[in-house]
Amino acid sequence: MAYTEEELEKDLQTKEYEYGFYTDIESDTFPVGLNEDIVRAISKKKEEPEWMTEWRLDAFKTWKTMQEPKWANVHYQKPDYQNISYYSAPNKKPKYESLDEVDPELLDTFKKLGISLDEQKKLAGVAMDVVVDSVSVATSFKSTLAEKGIIFCSISEAIQKHPELVKKYIGSVVPKSDNFFAALNSAVFSDGSFCYIPKGVRCPMELSTYFRINQAGTGQFERTLLVADKDSYVSYLEGCTAPMRDENQLHAAVVELIALDGAEIKYSTVQNWFPGDKEGKGGVYNFVTKRGICEKNAKISWTQVETGSAVTWKYPSCILKGDNSTGEFYSIALTNHFQQADTGTKMIHLGKNTKSTIISKGISAGKSQNSYRGLVQINSRADNARNFSQCDSLLMGNKCGAHTFPYIEAKNKTAQVEHEATTSKIGEDQIFYCNQRGIDEEKAIALIVNGFSKEVLNKLPMEFAVEAQKLLEISLEGSVG
Amino acid sequence: MDLKEKLISSFFAFEEQIDLENDIHQLRNNAIKFFENKGFPTKKEEAWKYTSLKSILKDDYSIFPKKEETIEYRDIKKYCIHEIDTYQIVFVDGIYASHLSNTTHDKFDACLMSSALNNPKYKSIIDTYFNKIAPEESLTALNTAFSKEGAFIRVPKSVAAEKPVQILHFSTGNESALMLQPRNLIVVEENAQIQVIERHQSLTANAVLTNSVTEIFVEKNAMMDYYKIQNDKISSSLIDHTHVKQESNSHCSVHTFSLGGKLTRNNLNFYQHGEHINSVLNGVTILEGKQHVDHNTLVHHTQPNCESHQDYKGVFSDRSTGVFNGKVLVDKIAQKTDAFQSNNNILLDDKASINSKPQLEIFADDVKCSHGCTIGQLDQEALYYLRSRGIPLKEAKALMMFAFANKVLTGVKIPEIKNRITKQIALKIGVHLGFDL
Repeated sequence: MAYTEEELEKDLQTKEYEYGFYTDIESDTFPVGLNEDIVRAISKKKEEPEWMTEWRLDAFKTWKTMQEPKWANVHYQKPDYQNISYYSAPNKKPKYESLDEVDPELLDTFKKLGISLDEQKKLAGVAMDVVVDSVSVATSFKSTLAEKGIIFCSISEAIQKHPELVKKYIGSVVPKSDNFFAALNSAVFSDGSFCYIPKGVRCPMELSTYFRINQAGTGQFERTLLVADKDSYVSYLEGCTAPMRDENQLHAAVVELIALDGAEIKYSTVQNWFPGDKEGKGGVYNFVTKRGICEKNAKISWTQVETGSAVTWKYPSCILKGDNSTGEFYSIALTNHFQQADTGTKMIHLGKNTKSTIISKGISAGKSQNSYRGLVQINSRADNARNFSQCDSLLMGNKCGAHTFPYIEAKNKTAQVEHEATTSKIGEDQIFYCNQRGIDEEKAIALIVNGFSKEVLNKLPMEFAVEAQKLLEISLEGSVG
Repeated sequence: MDLKEKLISSFFAFEEQIDLENDIHQLRNNAIKFFENKGFPTKKEEAWKYTSLKSILKDDYSIFPKKEETIEYRDIKKYCIHEIDTYQIVFVDGIYASHLSNTTHDKFDACLMSSALNNPKYKSIIDTYFNKIAPEESLTALNTAFSKEGAFIRVPKSVAAEKPVQILHFSTGNESALMLQPRNLIVVEENAQIQVIERHQSLTANAVLTNSVTEIFVEKNAMMDYYKIQNDKISSSLIDHTHVKQESNSHCSVHTFSLGGKLTRNNLNFYQHGEHINSVLNGVTILEGKQHVDHNTLVHHTQPNCESHQDYKGVFSDRSTGVFNGKVLVDKIAQKTDAFQSNNNILLDDKASINSKPQLEIFADDVKCSHGCTIGQLDQEALYYLRSRGIPLKEAKALMMFAFANKVLTGVKIPEIKNRITKQIALKIGVHLGFDL
């Protein structure tokens, strides 16, 4: 029997979140609410030095004066910020030296996700800094990295062991007062990753952190700081899955990348937070501030596959400060059911001969809304700046929407900016062509979606590309053949 | 007293002069209240993000100019498309100048808004069409509050207007600063056809601010071409709102040539209300000095099988700034929509800037929607090619700029307008090519 597009659409509408399960681990959770005492308590809990506490309090003060942004093309019930617990950590302490010591239930969780540490270690050679509800539980491959002088640890550890680095760079790309969510994160961030690649070092493996929200009613406030010193290279992976919860969970992360002269950072994300059920109930609010700064000849490349979250508000950006620096942004955003995504990038060209590339692919199904919002800004001193942007949208059914909001601002006559966007559905002739060759409708759609996303999938590191395809497959029933 | 207060207090004086019995009376009162609440738009509003009205609102504009009768045809001839036979509706300082005009009531009506508003003969048309598609927006409301004069054109069923209509607004500079608020209504009934040319021109260097609203209704199978020539003095600013509502199988094109003026804002909105509609929005912008042009377009596709084509080209030199903010909205029932939007810009100087925001908002799946936006320079290799064949740099640049704008100019159906625009462009660039392009 032929699998028609209507059937696929129906399947998509009824498809439920496959990774919805909840690990029962005892957690050490703070009472709900946010005030100066809570900020102090978080800081104390993390055994932070005085300057860090002050920094957090300062951010909290700024946050109190700020308004939640309303400009994004998303509609949601505003979270009650006084009804969230701002800290939660798995109870079993201290940290484990080997996997055997880790709570077996937790290991099981990872097995279910298909990201078991052993397997990852063996197959991919990936060093994992696993964050379960905000505290690093296991860190592997640390010794290999240490030999090269690479620091890869949780940010709380970095605050204690490498305060000079953290002090110098934290908040330098995303200031405390940058926006509502960044300020909130700066005040209450629970943990996150810190990475420093020394001069001239090429990081021998893909660094990776898996984030998981695990505790009901706990917002996750991750802070990632990645510094690549002169002429170094690092590829960093970030991936997320969250268990099924009924109430909305808030995720307000901040990621800061610093690429010094000649450095290259490749930052890849696969995001699959719980998107809410097919009635649009529940789901994670993903309000993320990601930004990187490029010094001379440096390069930052963002790659993201966004399939989850009820509401996504995310604009990984590049400030191309140094001459000859390069920024790249490759994105696939897939929305289904009642998901809403407002995502894109900002490319701020400040230096001479700076280049940026934006490839964004949006796929909307069900009753979802998918927006691309991007800014390309060529400042007056950015001679010979070059930008190419391409935003393609694929619509499945007529209950969803695809939106494009590109902002292009050029103040230099030598600027060359190109932007193009298309919106289309899967062509009947394309499906017909496949049918003719004995490929059924379902497989054909899979092939086409895969082909549509290929440009971005190709940019992912191999380990991630497989997972990303799997996620697309889960989000679009049987579409990847 | 700032301009807003002045406008509000003058409103009551204005209301007293005119017939209170008129139905429009209530409309005007509501509109002024709306404006009072909203005030002038600021850069905080998304639609005005790149255009600040501050610099043009500080002048002390007079709102009710005196009648000026000394203007002769020879003073304005060069601003008219005089090479061809047309009907002309001419306003001097916002007041109808009968000695300069040539109106008609024969086959179709091309006359004054004031007479349409007051003549019982047109009551049904005014009731059906007046202020029906102009959205609730502060500047439009302000215009509605003061709406009294402008052009009224109505082409009855199955009539093709035998010649184009020119709507010309001149300001004499009798006042040190003048604010004009013309209001036009154009109704093209079923199977009818018309071409309209519009121009705002200041004759002196005194400040002029025009806040113009035009409502256009293009009924089934009708055709309408609208040419806006904007090449005003550096002391003049224009805020134009043009709203077009189209019915099935109709065709409407609006061509905007922005070649001058201090600040020009073109709000151009198309609402498609039937199937198989074609809407064309073309624009050529060539700016210098400190000029500012902001094109804000909206095409709303509400029914299936329609098309829209937008093509805006801009060349910016010196310290000029250009804004393009185009939006295509496709409703979920508007399947098989073919919407195209293109915005190409050339920056010639470092101080010039362009802000472009082409937006698509699409709710239907079976559509062909695309947009493209580029910012660049003249191709160095092409310039070299021309120069190696003995064409001087200036002329080579001019040729390339003509080539750049030509795609939009080819859509102009009245050759005299095309000639005039090419000449004006040549004048701006300061070249004489010795042949017509």
